[in-house]
Amino acid sequence: METRKKGLNIKTRRTIAYIVLILLTVLCLFWFYVLFVNTTRTHSQITTGFSAVPGTNFMKNWNTLMSGQLPVWQGLLNSLFVATASAVLCTYFSSMTAYAIHAYRFKGRKFIGAFILMIMMIPTQVTALGFLELIDKMGLDNSFIPLIVPAIASPVTYFYMKQYLQSSMPLSIIEAARIDGAGEFKIFNTIVIPIIKPAIAVQAIFGFVLSWNNYFTPALVLHSNSKKTLPLLIAQLRSADYLKFDMGQVYMMILFSILPVVVVYLILSKQIVEGVAVGSVKG
Amino acid sequence: MKHGGEAVDTKKNKRVNRYNYWGYVFLIPFIAVYIVFQLIPLVTTIYNSFFENYRDGLIQIGPTFIGLDNYKAIFSSPDIWVYTKNTLIMWVMGFIPQIVISLLLAAWFSDNRMRIKGSRFFKTVIYLPNLIMASAFSMLFFALFSDGGPINYMLMDIGILTKPFKFLSHIWSARTLIATMNFLMWFGNTTILLMAGMMGIDSSLYEAAEVDGATSTQRFFKITLPVLKPILIYVAITSLIGGLQMFDVPQILTDGKGEPMRSSMTLIMYLNKWLYSKNLGRGGALSVMMFVITGILSLIVFKVSGYGKDED
Repeated sequence: METRKKGLNIKTRRTIAYIVLILLTVLCLFWFYVLFVNTTRTHSQITTGFSAVPGTNFMKNWNTLMSGQLPVWQGLLNSLFVATASAVLCTYFSSMTAYAIHAYRFKGRKFIGAFILMIMMIPTQVTALGFLELIDKMGLDNSFIPLIVPAIASPVTYFYMKQYLQSSMPLSIIEAARIDGAGEFKIFNTIVIPIIKPAIAVQAIFGFVLSWNNYFTPALVLHSNSKKTLPLLIAQLRSADYLKFDMGQVYMMILFSILPVVVVYLILSKQIVEGVAVGSVKG
Repeated sequence: MKHGGEAVDTKKNKRVNRYNYWGYVFLIPFIAVYIVFQLIPLVTTIYNSFFENYRDGLIQIGPTFIGLDNYKAIFSSPDIWVYTKNTLIMWVMGFIPQIVISLLLAAWFSDNRMRIKGSRFFKTVIYLPNLIMASAFSMLFFALFSDGGPINYMLMDIGILTKPFKFLSHIWSARTLIATMNFLMWFGNTTILLMAGMMGIDSSLYEAAEVDGATSTQRFFKITLPVLKPILIYVAITSLIGGLQMFDVPQILTDGKGEPMRSSMTLIMYLNKWLYSKNLGRGGALSVMMFVITGILSLIVFKVSGYGKDED
């Protein structure tokens, strides 16, 4: 007689999967739901009890944040400027680097390609000390430049771009353009860039988010209030005398800082999630 | 297209060779920026680690060459071991649930017979925390888990607590909060990576196993895990490298103090203190130590994942 197969049948497994997935969904979203609820409640409501349903004081908290001590709009503008500029430089020049390795055969090509991959994992923190000394000497302390220009050398973006070029940029197109008499820069800007646009879009988002969320380097570089980016304002809020703070305003500030990225993510989630899978692992 | 005629190839190569110096031109921005903003800082960081150089009040001490004294001072004080231990403990506390859940989810998502409905929705949700500003997320947890915060009220409402629990004043609850945030921020990312790996597994392996009567658990442990081993090592080591850089979350949650009793103080928070107080010698030595450790770990990733092998 044949023994029955051990193990759970597919229906049970599916049910378990859904339960776990729903629990994880709750675990991921719960905090943000409470955040949202508390932006709609007054300080005294928040500090005296929990509520699962939103209140009616969203605009009141919004106005308190807008008229408060924190330069939130300036912070938003600073963050937008630094993150946008970083994303543009990072994608354009990393594409250019990837194209150099992909399309040309020159001495040292293999070495440089391997070298860039090797440095991919080295964290910026371990060179921060020399970095700060350097920008002090260059007179770039309290400036956006040291937060933007280094994005030109982004090994992770380079790696993604190189993968993309390998899969979608036949060298014959470049040769055809050369026969038509196009210069190398023109070929890169008018033929290569349009072809790799989807990859640029994905990496631009990652570059933007990385810079938008960055706290470590800006905290060491930026000092004046008019230069501070949103993460620095959050940190400032944290080290201020917490008991004196209007909690409605605190929650509103957190929402204010994360909302732009969340909105972009919800619109482009499909491309972003696919981008994560393609970028990091070779099949 | 390697089977083109030899003669054609050399002719073509000559024509192409004229352009190849452009490769160098296009590399200039990346290499120049890398040298200025990464390589030179790395060299000066190492250089600084051999000097006594800090401010004591208004008095500038050094810079005086002191050889390896900064390293000796770092390794002989108990601090470094405490902070290394903290960092590793919190990393492990976040990583273990992360890898378990991610493996499970990736196996479900990539199993055709499971036919998980709404998998795009779930993937979108679990990846979301990764994009949230870590400092804002940490500030949110600080507010939610504060003594008079919503979580305490909620737990009292449903009768689990009778009086507020001071989450941030107990060693293990503070560490658990930090590990939980790290878990939430990274398990979606890991799931997607592992899924990409599982999709690549030859389905005939599973079909053969099924013919032989293997259960899904057996298939997972005998096929999926062994095939995924390189990716798992990649995930574990990159996560460890990331874990050693743990900063934003504990820094904001504890306002840079690493409380209670320095139990959530990480290595980078320690480094950050020296960067702020401009103790270039000690800070340099700690940076070099972190550089060496991450360098070794990176080399392992480099070897395991076979990066660079495809440089034709």
